[in-house]
Amino acid sequence: MFGLNKKDTSLLIIVGLLTLLAPFILNPFPEGSAMAQFNAGYPDLMQRFVIFGIFAIGFNILFGLTGYLSFGHAAFLGVGSYSAVWMFKLLSYNIIPAIALSVVVAGLFSLLIGFISLRRSGIYFSILTLAFAQMSFALAYSVLSNPKFNLTNGETGLQVYADDPQILQVANSPDLPHLFGLPMRATYTMDVGAWSFDFNAGYYLCAIIMMVVFYLSIRIFRSPFGMMLRAVKSNQQRMNYTGLNSKPYTLAAFVISGMYAGLAGGLMAAMDPLAGAERMQWTASGEVVLMTILGGTGTLIGPVLGAGFIKYFENIFSKINDNVLHSWFAFLPDGLEDAVVFVIHPFIGKGWHLTLGILFMLVVIYLPGGLVEGGQRLLNRIKRKKSKADDAKSGKTEPAE
Amino acid sequence: MTTKSVTRRGVLKSGAVAGTGLALPTIFTASSAAAYTNEPTGGSVTLGFNVPQTGPYAEEGNDELLAQQLAVEHLNGEGDGGCLNTFTSKALKGNGILGKKVEFVTGDTQTKSDAARASAKSMIEKDGAIMINGGSSSGVAVAVQGLCQEAGVIFMAGLTHANDTTGKDKKANGFRHFFNAYMSGAALAPVLAAEMGKERRAYHLTADYNWGWTQEESIVASTEALGWETVNTVKTPLASTDFSSYITPVLNSGADVLVLNHYGGNMVNSLTNAIQFGLLDKVANGKDFKIVVPLYSELMAAGAGENIKGVLGSMNWNWQLQDEGTKAFVKSFGEKYGKPPSNSAQTCYAQVLLYADACERAGTFNPCGVVEALEDFEFDGLGNGPTWYRGADHQCFKDVLVVRGNENPTNAYDTLEIVEITPRAQVEYDPEHPMFSGGSLGECNPGA
Repeated sequence: MFGLNKKDTSLLIIVGLLTLLAPFILNPFPEGSAMAQFNAGYPDLMQRFVIFGIFAIGFNILFGLTGYLSFGHAAFLGVGSYSAVWMFKLLSYNIIPAIALSVVVAGLFSLLIGFISLRRSGIYFSILTLAFAQMSFALAYSVLSNPKFNLTNGETGLQVYADDPQILQVANSPDLPHLFGLPMRATYTMDVGAWSFDFNAGYYLCAIIMMVVFYLSIRIFRSPFGMMLRAVKSNQQRMNYTGLNSKPYTLAAFVISGMYAGLAGGLMAAMDPLAGAERMQWTASGEVVLMTILGGTGTLIGPVLGAGFIKYFENIFSKINDNVLHSWFAFLPDGLEDAVVFVIHPFIGKGWHLTLGILFMLVVIYLPGGLVEGGQRLLNRIKRKKSKADDAKSGKTEPAE
Repeated sequence: MTTKSVTRRGVLKSGAVAGTGLALPTIFTASSAAAYTNEPTGGSVTLGFNVPQTGPYAEEGNDELLAQQLAVEHLNGEGDGGCLNTFTSKALKGNGILGKKVEFVTGDTQTKSDAARASAKSMIEKDGAIMINGGSSSGVAVAVQGLCQEAGVIFMAGLTHANDTTGKDKKANGFRHFFNAYMSGAALAPVLAAEMGKERRAYHLTADYNWGWTQEESIVASTEALGWETVNTVKTPLASTDFSSYITPVLNSGADVLVLNHYGGNMVNSLTNAIQFGLLDKVANGKDFKIVVPLYSELMAAGAGENIKGVLGSMNWNWQLQDEGTKAFVKSFGEKYGKPPSNSAQTCYAQVLLYADACERAGTFNPCGVVEALEDFEFDGLGNGPTWYRGADHQCFKDVLVVRGNENPTNAYDTLEIVEITPRAQVEYDPEHPMFSGGSLGECNPGA
């Protein structure tokens, strides 16, 4: 289907089903139960899952295929967000022009940065991109937010004010981001017994966009262009010796992944109309590197898994506090309860970084291919067991002649 | 790349998929039955405490969290009741809010607008929080306040000192108990005039972001009204840790007062640098050189240690105040945690009680009812003396403290001494004052 081979088609369908049914999958525990703490099926987090999924898919086109490790991708995300919010301020709250502009601006910006940074490779490239991203962060945080020329609104973050022009804003249209009148915040809650599932308009919009860009990324992976990028990764020097100029290919990959980041940034602003400078900081750039490595560099689905994994930790583990722990272990005798809480305490709440760090180390050491490798190993083991069982069976039932 | 010709079947298939995709959003148009966002239906009500638990203001955030937990205890009738006994409004009975037990969820703002909004959103969407309180930065406060306005819950700001929070960024659903940069300037100016005279030349070092600018603007305005001259205002990058290169030019600028518009770690570092350069031992224009830090906090004072001795600044509240509200709060906080509360802790504690009280008086959790109950509310007994929540911009007006680094501290907690309690009338201003104009409260938003 859609020009994909059978394996890729089934992957696309699986991803499609997962995103479509996410409100059910992410809310496995009934509301009000002790385990409800681990439910992730609320609109904001679901939106984050897919938006960072898009960001990581784009990053993977550059890092996974060409091996160029960019440490400054958050800059494109931030630029995308800022342009989207400016569209809200100037035109209207309709998200279409906002997202379109964010992709275009991020594309142009990445063309500029890519053109300069790609003159070097390896660690020098990483440092150059990092420098550019930090430069953009500093610009957004203070330089471009002075009262005389306020492009970014600095620390507070760019937001829409009542006295902004919004020249295309029609009367009666919602006063928050919407798609032709359908507000992104609109949520339909379905109560089934003790469970409740949220279906959010913004989430489904992001999910559909993610499916489209995921499909696009599969096509890029399987195309001759993708093959060229892989060639860059395996041995760029040899490629150059054969007379091929690899620069246009790497630059194209850089711009494409920059546009993906811009799209993610635009969507972020569309879900929540505020653009903060922090999303351009180096920690944000590092995060997408972690996501990609954690999920599986160079694999199609890996980055999406990694993005989901990290965002889950950031939003769910950071919110478990001592009170919650005490309520979980209330059945233990007092002294023991305190001891258990004391032991777990450093790993939850503000210690979620620690838990994530440990898991990241474990994954990198034991599963260098990321979560995807873990999945494959598991699958292989099951298959092997099955085939062994089959062998044993057939061995019994089919006597030799 | 493989190419495929368009087939009839293919067109139909994609058409069906696209159609389903487009039709999908219509299921969202059904409206829900609740009267307002997160209407509490069971026997409990959830408050969201969104404070920095990591990052530069983590210490302040943790202090705020302690105070918020204490407030919840007092609301639920546990502990000694704290300020419920001194508060002039007697609507709160110690049986929760409107008979519902108070529960809370916590989140980490990381002192980043984005992270703070994500955390607040998850509290609203996932945990059903009906009010968000806390924070230790103006940028975060403005960002979260905007979110609460959109989502239809009440925001009770924590520590936020920039004029914009209740100035151009004010929102109908947001309330600030803390004082602001304008008030700092208005309170400090007379004390500065009395201590340093009316012919001074000031040099400003300002943290280069929103709060820094509004504070610089306010202090420059109020000191120039005294007759001072402003020699220079220099912006320093927020991420700086070494300010020596900014201090050296001060010596040759002809200035005799250095104003540090810095907060937190920035202030600790810049003050330390200034002391190392011996600024305080210098004599310029025939006068002793002085340093002013317009916004103080206990935690900064602890960080700067010896260096703050004799340095003037302003504060929202201090545990050494002698009114009944302060004594009650300091007593229950001290008994529970073994240390006196900071002024950021006090503002969060007061905000939680004020919110609960407004719900009781309004008889509802509906944000519009709460807004109405809080607007132009006059009260006393939460510290700071008689206080007025102005309806025009949702800013609290109360006495402001001018403090000085203690020359002879007797223990780890009295590093600051109160120089003067500036009466409320002196720090009041018109809601349309140029430093605050430009925004509008808008309509209260109950959400759903």
